[in-house]
Amino acid sequence: MVQKLDYLKETASQTAGPYVHIGLIPGMAGFDIFEKNFSNVLVTPNTKGERITLEGRVLDGSGTPLRDVLLEIWQANAAGRYNHPADRSAGALDEDFRGWGRAGSDFDSGLITFETIKPGAVTDKAGRKCAPHINVWIVARGINIGLNTRLYFSDEEAANAADPVLNLIEQPVRRSTLIAKRSERAGKVVYAFTINLQGPEETVFFDV
Amino acid sequence: MTAQAARIAAAQDAARLNRPEPFTSPLGDGGFFQRDRSIHPPAYAPGYKSSVLRSPRQSLLSLENSVSEITGPVFGHNDLGSLDNDLIRNYAKDGDPVGERIIVHGRVMDETGRGVPNTLVEVWQANAGGRYRHRKDTYLAPIDPNFGGCGRALTDDTGYYYFRTIKPGPYPWRNFVNSWRPAHIHFSVFGSGFAQRLITQMYFEGDPLIPVCPILTTIPDKDALDRLVAALDLNASVPLDSLTYRFDVVLRGQRSTYFENRPEGN
Repeated sequence: MVQKLDYLKETASQTAGPYVHIGLIPGMAGFDIFEKNFSNVLVTPNTKGERITLEGRVLDGSGTPLRDVLLEIWQANAAGRYNHPADRSAGALDEDFRGWGRAGSDFDSGLITFETIKPGAVTDKAGRKCAPHINVWIVARGINIGLNTRLYFSDEEAANAADPVLNLIEQPVRRSTLIAKRSERAGKVVYAFTINLQGPEETVFFDV
Repeated sequence: MTAQAARIAAAQDAARLNRPEPFTSPLGDGGFFQRDRSIHPPAYAPGYKSSVLRSPRQSLLSLENSVSEITGPVFGHNDLGSLDNDLIRNYAKDGDPVGERIIVHGRVMDETGRGVPNTLVEVWQANAGGRYRHRKDTYLAPIDPNFGGCGRALTDDTGYYYFRTIKPGPYPWRNFVNSWRPAHIHFSVFGSGFAQRLITQMYFEGDPLIPVCPILTTIPDKDALDRLVAALDLNASVPLDSLTYRFDVVLRGQRSTYFENRPEGN
């Protein structure tokens, strides 16, 4: 006999199902219930940083956009600091930026949008600067356990080339699945992304 | 100074002075225990047909936890309304919803058994007839005018949460021709870091549909499946009012010393 390790086991994941909106974005389910709601708008007029729109779709193995998917994003502020006590880096906190939001895809087009700011570069445990990125978590009917991925920015070529996480991806061609493409539309900065759940261009998903 | 901050400061000093780093506690880095994927449903589970085209086929890329994973959104009571954890009242228009009145309570813990304080728990469910208040649900059972079917709560300092609702009904769905979901409540839980994020479903003790559900049986581990079934908790029931079910949720353990596991909500 040996001493017993009294660890518990994580609760098993289950799919979010087709009606995830009821719990997490009731307005999309078709009713109004809470006084305060979470949304895909991460910024207030006072938030510091460059305003950006993230715009994209999640495609299934047939190339069809998921129209019942829910994404959450978590990101650092413009100074590269997460609004959480475990981030003890030097960048200034921004009290007008929580850094988190959620969005459901459009029921017809599958389009997902977030209104946020471009994050600064965060500092890793070894003190290295990481390329600016946004952490993404994906749940839907047919997805048994939430998928973790990241979005990087097409105009950060030098930082992306040096990023320790992007460089973990063995095949350079797969790194490009995480790069959102910058464009400008009617004076707004838009980063476009496509998340492929399967196929030759399958997005890189992480076991975090 | 916390253990993690001391570790970072020591590493920086060592680098500056060109000395080897001092040996520090193995639990100081704040990362999460590696996820045991053998207790979770696989992405590709052909008995649950929707998973076939929605499951990644490449290996997940293992990522050591960095600051991006050990941090996550912090919520406070300011984010919630006073009726958010009372699904019997939070959408009531001209009376109470139809159905069995129940209370669901429990603790959100991590794998070390520590309560996860101030974390957001969101729930959603069908009404007593098995119908969701959702524009895409077309099941013939009626909508209940007094029932929304969603709620949320923040755990207290010990990780405890509770809410009041009506027991959801089972309902049919298109997987096999005659597939039925057992009665269940969907749970969304955050934890202190984004890598702990979890969505799951709570089932009810004694439901005969549990062993034949194509979604539940995607879970390969019998004990893990049993842990999704809430027990009737008569001791916590309210006499002449409501039955109570107990449902504990376990999130991934955190490699932190005891006093660090305290995100600051408001």
